[in-house]
Amino acid sequence: MNIPATAVLLLIFSPLTVFNVIAETAEEKGLAIAVEADRRENGFSDSTADMTMELRNQQGDTSVREIRVKTLEVANDGDKSLSIFDQPADIKGTAFLTFSHALEPDEQWLYLPSLKRVKRINSKNKSGPFMGSEFAYEDIASQEVAKYSYKYLRDETLNGIDCFVIERYPAYEHSGYTRQVGWINKAEYRPEKIVFYDRKNSLLKTLTYSGYKKYLDQYWRADQMLMENHQNGKSTLMTWKNYQFRTGLDEGDFNHNSLKRAK
Amino acid sequence: MKLQLHFVFLSLLLSSTALGAVELSGNISAQSRLFFSDPIDPDQHNHYPGFALEPEIYQQWDDNRQRLTLAAFYRYDQYDDARTHADIRELAWLGMFDQWDVTVGISKVFWGVTESQHLVDIINQTDLVENIDGEEKLGQPMLRFSTAQDWGILDAFILPGFRERTFAGPEGRPRPALIIDTDNATYESSDRDNHIDYAVRWLGLFDEIELGLSYFSGTGRDPESFQLINNELVPHYVLIKQVGIDLLAIVEAWTWKLEMISRTSSAQTYQAMTGGFEYTLYGIFDSPSDLGIVIEYLYDDRGELASSPFQNDLTTALRFGLNDIQSSEVLLGVISDLDHSITAGFIEASRRIGDSIKITLEARTFSHTAADRPLHDFRRDDFIQADLAWYF
Repeated sequence: MNIPATAVLLLIFSPLTVFNVIAETAEEKGLAIAVEADRRENGFSDSTADMTMELRNQQGDTSVREIRVKTLEVANDGDKSLSIFDQPADIKGTAFLTFSHALEPDEQWLYLPSLKRVKRINSKNKSGPFMGSEFAYEDIASQEVAKYSYKYLRDETLNGIDCFVIERYPAYEHSGYTRQVGWINKAEYRPEKIVFYDRKNSLLKTLTYSGYKKYLDQYWRADQMLMENHQNGKSTLMTWKNYQFRTGLDEGDFNHNSLKRAK
Repeated sequence: MKLQLHFVFLSLLLSSTALGAVELSGNISAQSRLFFSDPIDPDQHNHYPGFALEPEIYQQWDDNRQRLTLAAFYRYDQYDDARTHADIRELAWLGMFDQWDVTVGISKVFWGVTESQHLVDIINQTDLVENIDGEEKLGQPMLRFSTAQDWGILDAFILPGFRERTFAGPEGRPRPALIIDTDNATYESSDRDNHIDYAVRWLGLFDEIELGLSYFSGTGRDPESFQLINNELVPHYVLIKQVGIDLLAIVEAWTWKLEMISRTSSAQTYQAMTGGFEYTLYGIFDSPSDLGIVIEYLYDDRGELASSPFQNDLTTALRFGLNDIQSSEVLLGVISDLDHSITAGFIEASRRIGDSIKITLEARTFSHTAADRPLHDFRRDDFIQADLAWYF
């Protein structure tokens, strides 16, 4: 599946097409896998979903965040998203609007309902934690091919699933990672597991996807995403419910005014 | 006519039952404010207990294109009768149409970008008795039209009715040495507090730069002067025209902010500005904590005659975000007068307990206050305040 995608790319960019297909490098194969995974995600148009995050610390204390997420697919750029918080009660009505981009920094605004204030967030640093969870902003941002460079490592079976193991390196500035190792389902081109290495290249976190469901006969979404931090012993379990696609959202649902009236 | 009215009631009733339950949220909080020194006026106290209620009811219909919000506020203060007060923060209908959002009723609006003061923000009156930091606002009756387009966001307001600023009463603290008489305020406009004000704001978004331009014509929210009558200060509200500019620019990890106003009344024209930056360090001390640094310069060209104490001042603040499960945060800083050695210090810290309780600590200090400056009256009013709030 990956070979034709690479071939198409190389037909455009290289006169040595035939030679290159035969001697595909690990970097080319890694990129081809990412391109194919991205291609399969194209065309979902928009989606809405309810998400809960269960935050757990070293002592086993837990705290739950409830968030409604609306996403708009933007052609040739990162997606737009609006996240509205329902729990905990003291931050009910707080909302985030994000215009994500591949290599340019994301544009992000926070709405504080008690002050009625829309505050621009400086999103230069993407490594900060999202709402006190073990997910960093860069982990939940829309995943564009150009955000990373890639390298194919090997084939491996993970829990009985045939996977490509690829390594990717953030191409944007101010990432909290040197590299990520991903297990990509060979049949469906969806991630099953990602391991994150911090700026010092030490093992930091593992993200495990489970309960994949197929929507619109094409788009795979995991019901659960578990992020375990190996350095601080904390974890966050993200659970997704009520996925809906092509609900008719448009640009007008993702601006300052829609942020201010988010309820 | 009567039939029509019945029809309206009936359809309202039908629509509300079709929609199901109204959404109720809000909080109830207990407060304790403790002063470190004995007061200047023996009528004042050292410890002020109190509580507050902030319920909000909200209902939407017409596929979420119309909604009604009611947000009420009540504060009880054991000693300060002026601080014991109720307000409708919001009672408004919001209709969302193709290109326009329309708000009719009492509502709240925020304009601007800076942290230490909000010069451009002029729609709502300050509920000063609730907190002297000026962040609390009273509900404002308004008719608002708002549209978000490619060329920016345009808001136009008709503001019928003026809300007087709240001030601490005789037993209240902190307060100026002279009591402010809020019952006999005077106005330049012959319509007094029924003058209809107008405002318009445009906000342009240019990737890393955001520019706001605003214009206000009507009764200024802060009293231009006070008249001394029977040993009390009577506020005088005048008609003003104010042009405001707010600018935000993101340059790498720095967020630069500027607010400028030019205000004209029959007696004077003056300019004021707040400008500075916010810079955040992430993951300090090998922890998930953030440390934000905010430095802002405050200027008013009326100098010593300024009604605000911030004529040539510098605010330096640090914001720690622990990024823990309890969302613990600490904001601490000082506002230093560059002409005098006056310094006002503040600490605000908050932490969630369990899922629905939040504890907030706030402390304010006033030091080296010169006898002829506004903050001199607060020289013995250093205090610490604790709020325990239950959210539902």
